[in-house]
Amino acid sequence: MHSVVCIKQVPDSAQIRVHPVTNTIMRQGVPAIVNPYDLFALEEALRLKDQFGGTVTVVCMGPPMAEAALRKCLSFGADDAILVSDRAFAGSDTLATSYALSATIRKIMEDMPVDLIFTGKQTIDGDTAQVGPGIAKRLGYQLLTYVSRIVDLDVANKEIQVERRAEGGVQLLKTATPCLITMLEGTNEMRFGDLDDLFRAARHELKVWDREAAGIDAVEMIGLKGSPTVVSKVFAPRPRSKRAEMIEVHDSEPKNLAVTLLAKLFTQHPKLEQEIAKRAV
Amino acid sequence: MSEQAKKPAKKKVALDPRFVDYRHVWVVVESERGEVHPVSWELLGEGRKLADALGVELCGVVICGPGERGRGICGEAFQYGADKCYLVQDEVLRDYRNDPYTKALTDLVNRYQPEVLMLGATTLGRDLAGSVATTLGTGLVADCTELVIDIETRNLAATRPTFGGSLLCTIMTQRHRPQMATVRPRVMAMPEAASGRQGEIVEVLFSMIETSIVTKVLEFIPDDTRDKPNLPFADIIVAGGRGLRSQENFQHVWDLARVLGAEVGASRPVVQAGWAELDRQVGQSGKTVRPKLYIAAGISGAIQHRVGMDGADVIVAINSDPNAPIFDFAHYGIVGNATAILPALTEAFKAHLAQAKKTG
Repeated sequence: MHSVVCIKQVPDSAQIRVHPVTNTIMRQGVPAIVNPYDLFALEEALRLKDQFGGTVTVVCMGPPMAEAALRKCLSFGADDAILVSDRAFAGSDTLATSYALSATIRKIMEDMPVDLIFTGKQTIDGDTAQVGPGIAKRLGYQLLTYVSRIVDLDVANKEIQVERRAEGGVQLLKTATPCLITMLEGTNEMRFGDLDDLFRAARHELKVWDREAAGIDAVEMIGLKGSPTVVSKVFAPRPRSKRAEMIEVHDSEPKNLAVTLLAKLFTQHPKLEQEIAKRAV
Repeated sequence: MSEQAKKPAKKKVALDPRFVDYRHVWVVVESERGEVHPVSWELLGEGRKLADALGVELCGVVICGPGERGRGICGEAFQYGADKCYLVQDEVLRDYRNDPYTKALTDLVNRYQPEVLMLGATTLGRDLAGSVATTLGTGLVADCTELVIDIETRNLAATRPTFGGSLLCTIMTQRHRPQMATVRPRVMAMPEAASGRQGEIVEVLFSMIETSIVTKVLEFIPDDTRDKPNLPFADIIVAGGRGLRSQENFQHVWDLARVLGAEVGASRPVVQAGWAELDRQVGQSGKTVRPKLYIAAGISGAIQHRVGMDGADVIVAINSDPNAPIFDFAHYGIVGNATAILPALTEAFKAHLAQAKKTG
């Protein structure tokens, strides 16, 4: 049983600040973390390993500093980690990224067949949810997105049953392995790695693959060249033409503020008053 | 293929010759068991504007099982602005499955060549859009909040939040067609249905046999929707943020909501802290809402929150920081401690409603 988990190192979005004058991201001091959604994928792979034995390989495409994210995953119990890193990948959009990762997984399969590929449902910095489907399509594997539970896995017969979150309900799906699963958040809880894993993670000889090592000959498929989408501008949203009308009273008493707001609200939006009266108990 | 379209564009930038045959704006009309997801109508409303700007037709794509109201759905699509609908009906398309749906949509695109292809950013739409874009090798922009056509190049400028919702970015697919985009439910306004508006239905045959499809749907378990919050369609929402400082204080949000008959919303940090359920999160990583009144208490108004509630008719913001970004786009602002002001508002609304009832 061999699972490959694709992860991404992302800036901790809770701590991102935008420079008030230049409207650029202030990256300095923002901690980099494993994309939180990916941890549900990793935990699910580790649970299958607990049950069936085998190997969990973690893969991350990113700059050299992304090594820290991979070591974090090793400390949770992953067996092996590969950092796919090359300047040629710079500027990759989701299509180019899925190409690079699918090539990497093909390369991994030359050494050891892969039964399952896991990703998080999306990243917290890009929020696209496109790379998982992209990898599955490029490898010609079945795609199972938004999986909330693995119901059954028959390793020998290469069959898997999962529950998938759909619009308005849950689908119970059966398919063949190898397949790609994007794991829904909140479906499991990441374990604490034990001390052995922590030491092993620090010492582990991480594999770093450049473009060639990942088996990518077609440079036109990666980086800016392999990316159909182009970011034409990044900006802060405009304030509304009018700033909020501020409610002020001489004594700043909450009660007076509230009464003043209501008077304004209901004079300027009489329909709102009817709406509230209609529904209020 | 097209007879007259080959005329060179006068003086301006000539359209890439590879794109000449790509025409029209498409919207995938998402349906399951004959029920259309309302995001599809919102997309047709937006698609109408894009098609008019490009001077082309707006087409709906309806993919479903036989007897799942396919023609009826096309009829509704015409009322919401579509000129034409491509209808693909087949037994293997009864439930959503990635493989057959990807093939159905990819085949249609290759055959009829739209220049813009839009889907709802639902679990179905995101699954399908990512797969189709990869199969076609074209660009896809997720969760767009604004779509504009650059007339000269016929490029779609798609704006979406970036860096976890800290900033916005505009993305273009300049070298590929079709240009694909997804939009989350409730981001675009619901258009008025024009009854009596007609269009053309093009039925397209689909050839895929069940035995060639690896994934099987064993069961569909519908959600129990009783007692579940439905924020996207709520008319009044009271939402709380980190400024409330504790779970106990978050109770003030519930108290006001009860008096107003409102739904309770929450910002991302509040949900992460466990003060409110995930279903109540408003913002880019939560729900997009369009209520008549949105009261934001202790919410600073980061872009990630703003993109989820900017469509509200009236926004009231309460925040202790006079420089909080929320005052840039709220309609009414109160600078002060939300923990003190919320109970005062609850009392004021209560008194006002009691008075209104008395005077009839």
